[in-house]
Amino acid sequence: MTDPTIINQQRHVFSVIVDDEPGVLARVVGLFSGRGYNIDSLTVASVDKVKAISRITIVSCATPQILEQIEAQLNRLVPVRKVVDLTSAGPMLERETALLKVNSMGEKRIEALRIADVFHAKTIDATLESFIFEFSGTNEEINNFVELITPLGLIEVVRSGVLGIARGSKAIF
Amino acid sequence: MLNINPKPKQQAEHDKKINGADILVKALRDQGVDTIFGYPGGAVLPIYDAIFKQNDIRHILVRQEGGAVHAAEGYARSTGKVGVVLVTSGPGATNAVTGLADALLDSIPVVCFTGQVPTHLIGNDAFQECDTTGITRPCTKHNYLVKDANKLARVIHEAFHVARSGRPGPVVIDIPKDVQLSPGDYLSPAQVTHPTYQPKTMPDMDAIERAVDLIADAERPIFYTGGGIINSGPRASEALRKFAKLTGYPVTSTLMGLGAFPASDPQWVGMLGMHGTYEANLTMHGCDVMINLGARFDDRVTGKLSEFAPHSKKIHVDIDASSINKTVVVDIPIVGDVGTAIEMMIKVWEKKKHSANKTALAKWWAQINEWRARKCLAYKKSDKIIKPQYALERLRDLTKGTETFITTEVGQHQMWAAQFMPFDEPNHWMTSGGLGTMGYGLPAAIGAQLAHPGKLVIDIAGEASILMNIQEMSTAVQYRLPVKIFILNNQWMGMVRQWQELIHGGRYSESYTAALPDFVKLAEAFGGVGLRARTPDELDGVIKQMMAVNDRPCIVDVCVDEKENCYPMIPSGRAHNEMILSSDQDISSKTPDEGLVLV
Repeated sequence: MTDPTIINQQRHVFSVIVDDEPGVLARVVGLFSGRGYNIDSLTVASVDKVKAISRITIVSCATPQILEQIEAQLNRLVPVRKVVDLTSAGPMLERETALLKVNSMGEKRIEALRIADVFHAKTIDATLESFIFEFSGTNEEINNFVELITPLGLIEVVRSGVLGIARGSKAIF
Repeated sequence: MLNINPKPKQQAEHDKKINGADILVKALRDQGVDTIFGYPGGAVLPIYDAIFKQNDIRHILVRQEGGAVHAAEGYARSTGKVGVVLVTSGPGATNAVTGLADALLDSIPVVCFTGQVPTHLIGNDAFQECDTTGITRPCTKHNYLVKDANKLARVIHEAFHVARSGRPGPVVIDIPKDVQLSPGDYLSPAQVTHPTYQPKTMPDMDAIERAVDLIADAERPIFYTGGGIINSGPRASEALRKFAKLTGYPVTSTLMGLGAFPASDPQWVGMLGMHGTYEANLTMHGCDVMINLGARFDDRVTGKLSEFAPHSKKIHVDIDASSINKTVVVDIPIVGDVGTAIEMMIKVWEKKKHSANKTALAKWWAQINEWRARKCLAYKKSDKIIKPQYALERLRDLTKGTETFITTEVGQHQMWAAQFMPFDEPNHWMTSGGLGTMGYGLPAAIGAQLAHPGKLVIDIAGEASILMNIQEMSTAVQYRLPVKIFILNNQWMGMVRQWQELIHGGRYSESYTAALPDFVKLAEAFGGVGLRARTPDELDGVIKQMMAVNDRPCIVDVCVDEKENCYPMIPSGRAHNEMILSSDQDISSKTPDEGLVLV
């Protein structure tokens, strides 16, 4: 029997503004593991030294009821200043960056360069037998790029995780 | 007058600084703390030195750090104030963890100071070092590691604010030993406001009005009240009583909320949930409007979720937004302080000149009274052997008219205490509801007794639970605390045995305690009074003797029926209307496969 909760799952991107202090990431991550919520992607960096705040972007797949819980539970954490469910809040942009190391010779090497060109990936390092491409796009675009470049000698991938921001003139914080 | 030898400016400023340990004591004093519970050790010696040099704050020396947290919980729950704990690093902190988790699940305000190895040794696996903030992160509302004495006062005042604001809970402050000895600036509570943590307490008026309209239209209503009313303060209990009188609706409560509404009131239908009364559970099951005031739809209360009050519209008032729609989706959610919410409801009710639907309500009460007539708490009496329920009935009757604070351990005796003891006032009932911590009751009774000298404080206990924190007898003797420990001794871990009997084919795996101590001698060995009742005839005399003890703890070993089970009971995974009332009904056929995995 298929679990009905899986069918009902949606992918949401949360922006979490937190105090830039020791342990805050552990609190957020611990909340997800302790309550059994999924983390598909997580990024964190300090964004304002003066206000001492960091911004965490979390992508999670869950049922609507759990997504509501995630927002409420994050809001309970004392160092959390604001939580925005970007996916629910309105039109938004997602970006992720990937660095890909490709090792190949001859035809495959040329094809790899062509694919990178089609995707507007940047070549940021090259040797006689390898390239490193930098590629930014949505999570899905990166998946597509990775899929195409894999048979052409892809040996290593590193991804930044998803960043999210609401479209338009208003700031969330 | 000539100032011939002015101090250099820098020196004068340095004089204003006091060391971390003194900052701590000063901050506690300014927070109005009069009692702290603790246990010394290497990493908190400077703080103990500061405590030694003053007389405003009384330190209660417990016998194990877990006892300190439960005692602080008992103190907090019986006074409404923040309980304060002081323990050392490493094992001091880890021993406190159970108490912290307990306070988190029951929303009890506690501030716990832990010593830590000096800053430069953190992370070096130093003696008695543990990652206290790491370990306590998931079992506290918030925690701090303070690495600078200048920040200590701010952190302490913030911690008290966090512990008592919104949904209360435990807060840990971990202080390395070098910080305790370093000079730092002091700030008073008035100089510290939390920059961001300001929970919403004012309910939304629009939601209140919609709720009151729904309440007024109800034909089969019920007030489902919880620990939130107790935490909100005595005003909330008063408002609940007033609103219940205005409407004439029945009132039930969770384990945590007992006392918010008087058990002696005719509108009281008893506690609900797994071991709640028949009438409370069926009233919940059949209601058309449920007014949840400060309760959280706990699994002990709801039973099978898909059949929980299936024909009802639900109003849910909770100060914690994450409690709303967590397990039960409600029609009118109201986030805010429950006392304020009820007061606003009363105002709207009066302004709109609402009145209850008298005909429907009379019919509803007739139905409820029919359920009541089943007398679900009845048990088979005996004149040879003491039934645990009988022991509590006698305790209830003989303490009538005496202001009594009740604590419990965890298990059958806890449920019987909830069913049989009459709670008419808030803050007089302390039990480990959420975490279900055996060993809670004795230290909690010590905390309550310290807060209420001269009052009757009884720990209703089981012989298994009491052994989990029995060392606190020594604390009670040291401070001449006349706490009463009323042990319903059936020689079994009663609730474990009950489940094994009902669900696991009577295979009593490890639930019998084959080598119990002689509790009378045990009490005497600690320097307390030990009494025993073996037959129903002896019971009254023993209870009276117990109540006469006023200068030391008293253990009463009540030898009760080994076989007695706690009813009524909703089998795991079943709905409110599927409860069983006595052992005459076969429970194994009542427990569905899904129920076997539930606790």
